[in-house]
Amino acid sequence: MHANYLLVLLPNNYLKLKHNILKYIQFLLFLLPVALFSQSSIEGVVLEKTADNKNIPLAGATVYWKNTSVGTVTDFDGNFSIPYSSNFKNLIISYIGYQTETIVISATQKRNYFLRSNSELEEVQLETRKKTSSVSYLTPVHVINMDNKELLKAACCNLAESFETNPSIDVNFADAVSGTKQIKMLGLTSPYLLITTENIPSIRGAAQAYGMSFIPGTWVESIQVTKGAGSVTNGFESIAGQINAELKKPLNDDNFFFNAYTSMDGRNELNTHINTKVSDKWDTGIYIHGNLRDKKSDNNDDNFLDAPLAKQLNIMNRWQYINSEKGTIAFINFRYLNDDKQGGELDFDPDTDKLTTNYWGSEINTDRFEVAANIGFVNTDIPYQKLGIQLAFSDHKQDSYFGLNSYNIAHQSMYSNFVYSSIISDSRHQVKTGISLTYDDYDEDVNNQNYTRVEKSVGGFFEYAFDDLDAITLTAGVRLDHHNLLGTFITPRFHMRYAPWEKSAFRMSFGRGKRSANIFTENQKMFATSRKINIQNSGGEIYGMNPETAWNYGVSYLQGFNILGRKADITLDFFRTDFKNQIIVDWENPMEVNFYNLDGESYANSFQAEFNYSISKNVDIRMAYKNYDVKTTYNGVEKEKPLLPKHRFFTNVSVESNVKDNGAHWKFDTTYNYLSKQRFAGNEQSPEAYQTETYSPTLATVNVQTTKIFSPKFEIYAGGENITNVRQKTPIISADDPFGVYFDSTQVYGPIFGASYYIGLRYKLNKS
Amino acid sequence: MRNLIVIIALFIGTIASAQNKNERAIIDVDGVCMMCKDRIEKACIKTKGVKSAFWHPKTHELKLIFDARKTNLDSIKKSIAAVGHDTKTLKASPEAYNSLHNCCKYREQSVIDDHKEEE
Repeated sequence: MHANYLLVLLPNNYLKLKHNILKYIQFLLFLLPVALFSQSSIEGVVLEKTADNKNIPLAGATVYWKNTSVGTVTDFDGNFSIPYSSNFKNLIISYIGYQTETIVISATQKRNYFLRSNSELEEVQLETRKKTSSVSYLTPVHVINMDNKELLKAACCNLAESFETNPSIDVNFADAVSGTKQIKMLGLTSPYLLITTENIPSIRGAAQAYGMSFIPGTWVESIQVTKGAGSVTNGFESIAGQINAELKKPLNDDNFFFNAYTSMDGRNELNTHINTKVSDKWDTGIYIHGNLRDKKSDNNDDNFLDAPLAKQLNIMNRWQYINSEKGTIAFINFRYLNDDKQGGELDFDPDTDKLTTNYWGSEINTDRFEVAANIGFVNTDIPYQKLGIQLAFSDHKQDSYFGLNSYNIAHQSMYSNFVYSSIISDSRHQVKTGISLTYDDYDEDVNNQNYTRVEKSVGGFFEYAFDDLDAITLTAGVRLDHHNLLGTFITPRFHMRYAPWEKSAFRMSFGRGKRSANIFTENQKMFATSRKINIQNSGGEIYGMNPETAWNYGVSYLQGFNILGRKADITLDFFRTDFKNQIIVDWENPMEVNFYNLDGESYANSFQAEFNYSISKNVDIRMAYKNYDVKTTYNGVEKEKPLLPKHRFFTNVSVESNVKDNGAHWKFDTTYNYLSKQRFAGNEQSPEAYQTETYSPTLATVNVQTTKIFSPKFEIYAGGENITNVRQKTPIISADDPFGVYFDSTQVYGPIFGASYYIGLRYKLNKS
Repeated sequence: MRNLIVIIALFIGTIASAQNKNERAIIDVDGVCMMCKDRIEKACIKTKGVKSAFWHPKTHELKLIFDARKTNLDSIKKSIAAVGHDTKTLKASPEAYNSLHNCCKYREQSVIDDHKEEE
């Protein structure tokens, strides 16, 4: 704006300047204050982000530029307008009872700013300046928030890979054929986690095995990881914890975003986002992801592809509606996914060799369509009364074969959840209550044997949250569900936080979860073996077996402090999951995989110590040690869970150079992981050639990444995964005889691929 | 008779409004900073019958929702005065005012000026 002013003024004054240098100086002195006052301004809306994704305008929030005297306060609808000049970078938004946000402003477009309530349960936004992943001091629940910057620390092509810089979650290959990465938390695999997108359960049922790779990393705005029992408002299924991914919002995301990625191991990805304003209340965005791997590679010379050939097309259309007068917020999503993978022997050709013994090969083709809506209503007269409605429908179809095994699944799912929140007597006592209805229809073909099942449930829940406005917060919830196969049951969940002194938080939690195990789809890596599948019927409703139930107990202690004037914190946590009933997946016989209900003890103990420190303005370090003790009774014998290291050390160092005026800077990231030895499932009965040691070797891997940010619009990143080139020598047992009885691709403890390097770019364009 | 009707009508009207369990009110409360905000809102919410309270450090407006059957503006103002903050009709006692943190001494011009700079 002041540039225009200059253009107008200059010609008028130009002649005078020629004559008198003094006049020129006077002119400059005159112009200086004009330049200061004629600067542009930034407009925005400050909203409360609630757990149910309802956005409520915050009146009276303080908005100011860091280290300046320039500030303002939001009006009744949360709107503000604040003078802007290019030397203002950090916008601070604060409001009592909410966490203060510092936002680095790079674009002047009007946008929404979200504050999170201190007392909220499911979600905590914790970004303070550079800390990109952190645990709140204030919530009763142990939640780790990972923001967008944290997600950019790794190549991060999909949701599973986003956790590679997070010590709470273990990421490793599921098997040696599908190329899929699986995650574990508290020593338990992902079926024991409730994985939601915007608090709607999304990766479950037929999507369980590969679903994490169906959410592209660029779509994700932030991730909240809840350790231990979650909230009752999202259902009864979660046992070890909850992972929620918040997706980018059409109103806040870049008008145009483009990302391209290519790696030496043959993986290519393209991401495009286009967001536009449709009217003053509606915004929409189209998000397109495509990936392709069409180059065959076999670095370990076992004649099997190290990673499958793959192609994926993934399209999402989001609609966002905000009407602050009526207090209505809505998100509506449509998504279509098509994913094809081909793995197996190098010479395998699906056209001639499918389901034959010419060559061993596998194809996994997935088609998925989903619609989801999140609608929130706020009583504008009484702002603590809110209603949230979540509706979702998905249709998931997977056709696949692995060697001579074929497996097809079709799963239709409907989910609805209605949550009403209000207060009892005053805002220290908050309550949420509501009902949920779910419907799941499964149709599976396992080697031409058909399994069908319909699951229906209706449930009601009540959750009470107390905040004494000082040292204690607690959340106590209970739900009662009626399920056609699991019966009628109660699910209690309890969380409490106590802060006896400054920057501290003691937390404890307990809760129960219950679920039906989808034994085929969750364990479908077993099809890429010659193992015989045995289900030991115990007269139950789900594949002849009874549902899984478990209690989870947790305690944690967080303490923040300063070392040499820089922020540091330490977290100690211990969680125990105690199974009352479990579907045991027994790999202990190399020629079989056995499923049966637990008879005996099964537990998972997890201890973690984490230390975070900002060594200097530019350097952050995170170190963690984790100890697992996970044991299960296999046919009367208690054994360590296979392929799970007892010890893990983790270190991440992030370095960020000073940001220049044009926004240019560098970022460097290094992640080191050490895993202790892991037990292989028993194979003493195998011929010597196909036997493994009892334990795997220890493993240490290093990932690095560098990002050069040229401007707020453009950046290039490059990195290396597993740069010390650590590899499991024989990830596939009996690779030379894939149709023999000992063939097994599931005993994977480490990287299959050696060192791999990648490069990518990001380009953003925003209307000013 | 006419007077009686008026009185009854007024009386009923008073009852009707006094029965409002979600009474909304905006009052001016003196204070300067976010610490004051915390203190004022806490004092309100801890008053029986107050459901929610939001105070604005710049406009000094306190937005209240309270159960008019259980409390009234006077008792809320008393709670506010007890923690050291003035309203138009009720001033905090010197003891209560002196217990405030130094940066919250809103009656002193120098403190007000300090906070102006902050903003």
